[in-house]
Amino acid sequence: MALPTRRDVHRFWRLMAVGVRTHVLYLSRSGLELVMAVFAPIVFATLAVYLFRAGDQPDRLLQAAVGAGLMGVWSAVLFGGGGAIQEQRWMGTLETLVAAPTRLSLVLLPITFATAVVGMYSLIATVAWGVVLFGIPLTPASPLLFVPAMLVCVVALGMMGLLMAATFVLLRNANSLANGLEYPVWMFSGVLVSTATLPEWTRPITWALPTSWAARAVQAATGGGEVVWPSAVALGLGLAYVALALVALVWVERRARGTGTLALT
Amino acid sequence: MTTDLAIEAENLARSYRTRTGWLRPQRKTIEAVRGVHLAVGRGELFGLLGPNGAGKTTTIKMLNTLLLPTSGTARILGYDVARDALEVRRRIGYVFGGDRGLYERLSALDNLRYFAELYGVEPREQLPRIQELLETVGLSGREKERVEGYSRGMRQKLHIARGLLHRPQVLFLDEPSIGVDPAAARELRRVVADLVAGGTTVLLTTHYMAEADELCDRIAVIASGTLRAEGTPAELKDRVRKLDVLEVEVHDAVGPEHLQRLRDTAGIEQATVETSGTVDVVTVHARPSHGTHAAVLAALADLRTGKVTTREPTLEDAYLSIINGTTTGSA
Repeated sequence: MALPTRRDVHRFWRLMAVGVRTHVLYLSRSGLELVMAVFAPIVFATLAVYLFRAGDQPDRLLQAAVGAGLMGVWSAVLFGGGGAIQEQRWMGTLETLVAAPTRLSLVLLPITFATAVVGMYSLIATVAWGVVLFGIPLTPASPLLFVPAMLVCVVALGMMGLLMAATFVLLRNANSLANGLEYPVWMFSGVLVSTATLPEWTRPITWALPTSWAARAVQAATGGGEVVWPSAVALGLGLAYVALALVALVWVERRARGTGTLALT
Repeated sequence: MTTDLAIEAENLARSYRTRTGWLRPQRKTIEAVRGVHLAVGRGELFGLLGPNGAGKTTTIKMLNTLLLPTSGTARILGYDVARDALEVRRRIGYVFGGDRGLYERLSALDNLRYFAELYGVEPREQLPRIQELLETVGLSGREKERVEGYSRGMRQKLHIARGLLHRPQVLFLDEPSIGVDPAAARELRRVVADLVAGGTTVLLTTHYMAEADELCDRIAVIASGTLRAEGTPAELKDRVRKLDVLEVEVHDAVGPEHLQRLRDTAGIEQATVETSGTVDVVTVHARPSHGTHAAVLAALADLRTGKVTTREPTLEDAYLSIINGTTTGSA
């Protein structure tokens, strides 16, 4: 395989920029998405704050809000990424995307990053609601690393989303898969409750999820602890997921062309 | 890669496997396309006609790389559709009819910008090309409106603009005029004719015989996944020119038994019925004979018949004759 030229690299970044802009614009114009974007963070923030207050840990309210926000990011990536592919199938655009002379991975990457950007908004909104409604003090332990840790989290989730998207291209009833993945990943990633409370056998799953490392970094930036190392692991795992997705997508595209699942009919 | 043919298909076939039920699953294999041969020259406008479910869209989706053939091969400008999908995609455009296939909540301009990027149009060429295409399809001035507010005809024009962004050498048009009003359909025909005049090869599927007759250099008729006939519109019409076409207005409901009686009558090759307003119109294709007129009326004796007319066969007559198996083979 030939090395990418300067033109290829330039085209990659243009495609990412135009793709993310297009899909963020598209997602932001959905009435349902807008309502969800306003109310879901309030619900997440409320649940988290009351859970932690009831658990006699009022000092960890910011961590609770951030954890709740991370739940929102994962939901956005899972349902946004998966839902976006499913919606493209319903709209008939999935076929036009696949018929374009651009590798499917490069077509899907901006879609998953667009959903991660929406997820990022969800995280910020959840923390903001926590501050405004419940008076949570916005005093992260590592103020300088707080924002970079959140960005790493969004990027890692976007990369993980690409592998999810590959599955959604293949399956016509992908929504049922998304429903089944939402809560386990929250749990195994320890976004709200520490994974230390989970049984020993869940550890390998936890370690394999970029979300758990990203969540650990964000929680550390909020409440204190090592931020850089878990962020690096989250990014590394995210890159591994991308590599896996690139290989999978070649097979997925061929299989989808073989089974005829790109369209509804 | 140089070849005189833009589209080649040899023994192209595609089957689907379906499954129903969970406890005792029933598996069925549907043969959508069975051994299709096609050879379309560069710059030709080739029509693929056939009833619903005949295999037109499946054939197009195999040729434009969206579906893998179960067997057989196909090449676009010399590139194999299964192995060289990316090379094929660089050279083709795909436009389908209907409301789907566009980002509804985005403007036409945003749709075209995104697809221009996906189709690898050079950044500095994108805006001029988009403006040129909006002008060509008649959407200039409406490009900033959201697609959800567009009429069917406007969406179809946008589909065509999208399919032409990267100046494809081969364009697949899958029922582009479906549901489009006559004025918009005429506009679409003009755009297609201009493209062919400019050297683009077009493969068109349509249900509208007048459209196929007006536009296509050659036509293939497909039914039940197999090609039944191929030739120029004139050659296809010649197949039924030796037959008389009689149209009988009937003021009662025409039943299957009447059609069967007509088909059993000596000299009658085909009989169909279509409801037009308050009357049923029976169309009969019959070998020329002095007795045909009387024989047809005798077969419909228990019905109230009205005006009886004889006319020249049209492409639609040829099509119906081919589909119903009255005439087969290449023209």
